[in-house]
Amino acid sequence: MNNNLIIINVLRFFALILLQVLVLNNIQFSGYINPYVYVLFILMLPVQTPGWIVLISSFLLGISIDMFSDSLGLHATASVLIAFIRPNIINILSAKEAFVAGAYLGIKYYSLKWFLTYALILVLIHHSILFYLEIFAFREFFHTFLQVIASSTATLILIIIGQYMFYKPIK
Amino acid sequence: MRNLLIFLWKRNLFFLFLLLEVISFTLFIENSYYQKAAFINSSSSISGSIYQIQNNIAEYFSLKVVNTTLANENAHLRSLSTDNYLKINNTVFTKNDTTYKLQYQYVSAKVINNSTNKRNNYLTLNIGKNQGITKDMGVISSRGIVGIVKDVSDNFSSVISVLHKDSKISAKIKKYGDVGSVLWNGYNYRRASLIDIPTHVPITRGDTIITSGFSSVFPEGIVIGKIIDHRIESGNTFYTITIEFSEDFNKLSYVYIIKNFFKNEQNDLEKKTQNE
Repeated sequence: MNNNLIIINVLRFFALILLQVLVLNNIQFSGYINPYVYVLFILMLPVQTPGWIVLISSFLLGISIDMFSDSLGLHATASVLIAFIRPNIINILSAKEAFVAGAYLGIKYYSLKWFLTYALILVLIHHSILFYLEIFAFREFFHTFLQVIASSTATLILIIIGQYMFYKPIK
Repeated sequence: MRNLLIFLWKRNLFFLFLLLEVISFTLFIENSYYQKAAFINSSSSISGSIYQIQNNIAEYFSLKVVNTTLANENAHLRSLSTDNYLKINNTVFTKNDTTYKLQYQYVSAKVINNSTNKRNNYLTLNIGKNQGITKDMGVISSRGIVGIVKDVSDNFSSVISVLHKDSKISAKIKKYGDVGSVLWNGYNYRRASLIDIPTHVPITRGDTIITSGFSSVFPEGIVIGKIIDHRIESGNTFYTITIEFSEDFNKLSYVYIIKNFFKNEQNDLEKKTQNE
């Protein structure tokens, strides 16, 4: 990674934390929808980033979100897990579609379909772990399941809107 | 030994993952137990000051509602003042009172962070240790109960909301005095359930639920909410009651923290009795 790329990623790290705790954590739609867009940081790290950097930065990201939401360890657990399985998902998806190893993972270098599938899998895993750990029981299984689906959809929509706002796809 | 090291090195990423997960998960479990102190939470100074800045901006948007609430409360307090009562007996009776001793004192605080949309909700208040706040104090608003102080830093305190899976408030029905517990089941932030009320009590829709005063945290008689639905499930000796909170937790801005001067005495005595 060259210096420019490091700076962009560090900036994205802090920008997403602030966006999450100051804006998105205050959004309330009927108690079912809590978008956690900060995972975009983990999604967008370049493919060639060394594994230990991905893991440690995801841990720091999760812990920072936890500090603001009084849920110490909750977001960190979910974030570290998707950081760990991220390379596997990329490998599986890339077998189907050839891609250029871009500077970062986003619709600028990858097709929308590819990025959406990739984001969908990781966001679903992340949100499931988050909501089921938070309640820490299966006794409200269906209610929590609805929360996972509704919140994942909201997160994905926000991520895709963000992609089109900041990055134009290369034709 | 050498093979073991090579094995570990080849799988270093997996072990780093395992280490980070164990750290996160331990923190999560440690922090989950009700009212267990944690070092990092929203009462810590970094996140506390960021929330303070956010709140300084956001409070302008709710000024109107806050003013109305405060005005209503002022009107209510004014109506309680002795000036409003007609003096029937003019004999001056100076009370150098030793019968009454101040038990509860109220400290006003501002909510600088609040949530209602999670399963476990917390609030952050703008006063802390320096203003005499300690752990386990009750928090109420002018409309009803709010929560219990979980943790304090020098200038902020973190409060476990009533909207929390571990919250259990000792409550009673104002009209009949039967005691039960209020639990929040997580679906709707305006509603909760009241348990342990036996079926022989003739409750009706609209009955007021108040705090029982049994726990040393809340004084007796603080409004919690109203009964909006009650039914008896077959074979059960207790009602299934749904109540609506009198406080809209989404609109909280000013709250009162309750200091109980006799709390330690009560707790020590109760602990002593239980241990015997």
